[in-house]
Amino acid sequence: MKRSNPWLAVALWTLISFLTLFPIYWLFVISVKPAVDLFSTPDVLLTSIDWQNYIKVMNDSTLRGYMMNSLIISTGNAVLVTTLGFLACYALTRFDLAGKESVFFWTITNRMAPPAVFLLPLYLLLTQVYVIGDFKLADTHLGMILVYCTFNLPFAIWTLRPTLDGIPKELDEAAFVDGASAWQVISVVIFPLARPGLAVTLILTWVFAWNEYLLAATLTNFNARTLTTGLSEYVTTTGTEWGIMAAISVFTLIPALIVFGMVQKHIVAGLTFGAVKG
Amino acid sequence: MQSKKLGWLLLSPTLFILGLFGIFPFIYVLWVSFHEWNPFAANPEKLFNWAANYRKLVFDAQFLASLGVTLAFVFFAVVSEVVIGYILAQAFMKDFPGKAFFRTIHTLPLIMAPIIVGSIWKLMTTPSIGIIPHLLKNFGIDLNIGQSAIAAFCITVIMDIWHWTPLVTLSLIAALVSLPADPFEQAQIDGANKRQIFWHITLPMIRPALIATVFIRLMDAMRTVDEVLMLTGGGPGSATRYVGVHIYKEVFPKTNYGYGSAISVIVLYLTIVICWLLYTSLIAPRNKRG
Repeated sequence: MKRSNPWLAVALWTLISFLTLFPIYWLFVISVKPAVDLFSTPDVLLTSIDWQNYIKVMNDSTLRGYMMNSLIISTGNAVLVTTLGFLACYALTRFDLAGKESVFFWTITNRMAPPAVFLLPLYLLLTQVYVIGDFKLADTHLGMILVYCTFNLPFAIWTLRPTLDGIPKELDEAAFVDGASAWQVISVVIFPLARPGLAVTLILTWVFAWNEYLLAATLTNFNARTLTTGLSEYVTTTGTEWGIMAAISVFTLIPALIVFGMVQKHIVAGLTFGAVKG
Repeated sequence: MQSKKLGWLLLSPTLFILGLFGIFPFIYVLWVSFHEWNPFAANPEKLFNWAANYRKLVFDAQFLASLGVTLAFVFFAVVSEVVIGYILAQAFMKDFPGKAFFRTIHTLPLIMAPIIVGSIWKLMTTPSIGIIPHLLKNFGIDLNIGQSAIAAFCITVIMDIWHWTPLVTLSLIAALVSLPADPFEQAQIDGANKRQIFWHITLPMIRPALIATVFIRLMDAMRTVDEVLMLTGGGPGSATRYVGVHIYKEVFPKTNYGYGSAISVIVLYLTIVICWLLYTSLIAPRNKRG
């Protein structure tokens, strides 16, 4: 478009790429540094690789438990919100419901609220109000799966709605004329067509649940504690196990990086709620 | 065509869960905020005390200070992100080799957990293990985010820029790509200089996308907690005790639930008001004009 020299742009983008990558590289450097070398002069280049910290993390049964909890909670939550979001969007796009736009907007506002203001009310409700006999939702997998719906369910609805809008309504009408039940229409006609959108939603909501820290730190003690909260346990006032902390960070980072490779194109639209379509 | 009952049936699980975990918590916290309630105090019962919690809040120096640093943080972070993001997006408009590759790298921080971003920057900036204090020492600068309030503040801003500039860049690239070429060619023929083209053509044309981006960044920056909690823990002193961090650090250890509820209500109220003001003054009028 412009005739000016592109090398300035290349130089700028190379610099930015370096600045983006270096902190991640540094995380890796710290994670593979032998403990004795940690406090010697910081060295940018890797001189030796020591997997000690990773072995320690893998052998720590508490951390393995946290990792398992993270997996259960993120997977459970992603499946739940994608399913519910799919059904809700089907209702929003196919039925002429009174006030459905208000309902739609209201679900979105749930995500806009600062998570910090959720902390105390959810903590009080989960420990004092939503109690059935001896069963409390606090510190359970189910409790966290449901709590994560507050930010992931609006997201799922927001990203799935265009997908379902894009599926022609004539298709389900034709199926109804042929005598299909509502359930058959949803599972046989709509579901296969919505599959790409559902996959992206499932993956992104999984990452958001996997990455969450604040609610997990407040609402869990031990049984449902996640990997991200385990990370902060290694930062104490008396001293921090830097190598372990870096290794856990890498473990937490890996799924996000894999996902990143899979759905790179959709990330911006997802993170901005599709508000910035340009 | 189909019964509306079925529609509401399909919506009901969503409405039920969001009601139970999204709406009811706020009704409950509003109710608690009008009570004196500390379950671990001598009297663990809830005592209705009118608006005493709110009256206390208005004169709470720590809370007001936390609001102040939050606004400063949001201002510096968002302005830098928009400026850097715009420059990068503009540079991206030229043809150069490896564009897709560069953009992919740039997108990387967006998907990272805030707590991991905090941990990465902690490893970068902690004296004795971090590379940044080490490099700065060569220039005679002693960076210690554990002691210097201004250093800690700056590092949290830089961290936020590192984490979120890509979002601004990518949405501005999307906006710039979709612009028609004609007005720019016409302006060049008419002899407009670069600055005139920017102020009179580019800026008005990308304005909707720009405003939407700034809006999202403002809201997200105001809710920053995890990464700051990890990096500085709100310190030194209360230099980086942003509102979210304040709630986390202040409410839970003190178990003063009535007062904590009042803080939550006010922060939520302020967020809604700020967003509503921005929305009505910036976005809504544009939509009306079409």
